Amino acid sequence: MSASVTTSNRLEEAVLEAAAYLYVWALKDIPQDLRKALAGAAEKETSVTGQRVLQTILRNVNVAEHEQNLVCQDTGIAVYYCRVGEGFPLHPARIYEALKAGTERATVEHPLRSNTVHTLTRENTGSNVGFRVPIVHWDFVPDWDGLDVKCVPKGSGSENMSFLKMCVPADGVTGIKKFVLESIVGAGGKPCPPGIVGVGIGGSADYAMHLAKEAIARPVGTRNFDPLVAQLEDELYELLNETGIGPMGLGGDVTVLSVHVEHADTHMTLNPVAVNYQCWAARRASAHVAADGTVEYERDA
Amino acid sequence: MATHEVSFPVTDSAEILKLRAGDEVVVQGHVIGIRDRTQIRIFDQGIEPPMDLSGAFLLHTAPGVRKVGPGRYEKICIGTTTSARMVRFTEGLGSKYGVRAICGKGGFPDEAIEPMQRLSMVYFAIVGGAAALETTQIEEIEEVAWEELMPECLWKFRVKDFGPLTVGIDAHGSSLYHDVQERARQKLEDIYARL
Repeated sequence: MSASVTTSNRLEEAVLEAAAYLYVWALKDIPQDLRKALAGAAEKETSVTGQRVLQTILRNVNVAEHEQNLVCQDTGIAVYYCRVGEGFPLHPARIYEALKAGTERATVEHPLRSNTVHTLTRENTGSNVGFRVPIVHWDFVPDWDGLDVKCVPKGSGSENMSFLKMCVPADGVTGIKKFVLESIVGAGGKPCPPGIVGVGIGGSADYAMHLAKEAIARPVGTRNFDPLVAQLEDELYELLNETGIGPMGLGGDVTVLSVHVEHADTHMTLNPVAVNYQCWAARRASAHVAADGTVEYERDA
Repeated sequence: MATHEVSFPVTDSAEILKLRAGDEVVVQGHVIGIRDRTQIRIFDQGIEPPMDLSGAFLLHTAPGVRKVGPGRYEKICIGTTTSARMVRFTEGLGSKYGVRAICGKGGFPDEAIEPMQRLSMVYFAIVGGAAALETTQIEEIEEVAWEELMPECLWKFRVKDFGPLTVGIDAHGSSLYHDVQERARQKLEDIYARL
């Protein structure tokens, strides 16, 4: 066996282990920025039912930590975001296999509830992996030899509340705002509010939804680098919290914790807007894998 | 808004009729776990459930469990799923099987209001996602039927201090979900006028 094959096997095992660890970690221990946002929501909320919900959420987060249990029973569909340096010595095809094997290992060893089914037969694979699952998004980074992996287990309650509209240019920014408002009011209590509203604008139909999903994976309350887009985030946050949907849709002041918008330039005759909801248990966990296989876990990435 | 403790199964309708939308409730006794495939089997395939559902409290769940023997399971993580997908079974559960309470997250649309009033049933809202806490309130998995539907079987749990729950739809025709939507729609009109 040549030296490079050994290195690549070791790296593949490191990525596999990181994936398995991240999946379970994300499910049990929600990030600090999210805990802060939930505590902030409880300070703001004035309705009796809203307070009841938020206090129960805060209690639940502590119980999960104390009992070493999952925050939410929905172990979701495993989604990973990878930033791969051009010099990282493991091919993305092998990275994918490692992420898949890691997801399966975590599911079987913990054990975690398996949610993955064949779309037509609805037969459960039993391992949370399957055809094209886990779902992995890729970014490739020049002049770098590292790998960043972020695991975002996505629950179905919130994913079922995903919406796409091909607004026309004449609908303008107002059309975008109206569609986001309509979507969140229509979703009511179903996606477990208060959560993070991910909005993707521009690009194409599929890319807008991709961007909306990327938006929900950001730390709570971060703002888009483009001031114009950041302003839209702030405005939508204020407007959505005027709707009174409230925690778990039972009425109240806090309907969303944050609105994150990601954008891409688009065709002159397109104005796509996608909404992807992330529940209050906005689970995510990240790791950095160095070229030598050293793994560092990062809580707040 | 009042606070109540109710033990299930109930035998007296007064236990249901005293509850009003918005009230806080803590539940004792037995809870029956049920989900999409369980109800599709009962109603669409016409197969009788092998558990008594009269006076029952149903929970929309598909628990995470560990098998410890034939027909025996230990809890790992038990939480609650979105109810709206299963609203069409409400009438049948009440009229044919005598179910008195359905608990889930996210609420039922307005089509549940009329049958719940006619059949003296309530919808309880649990806090979705708060499964770690919910699991501590489930003392034991006493029975499971239709294991081949795992995890969407018919489950019987013994619970202690299960909650806090909020009465989302009461047996008097009142629904928090309806009221919240109505107010939000009016609010949207104001907001649109400002955009």
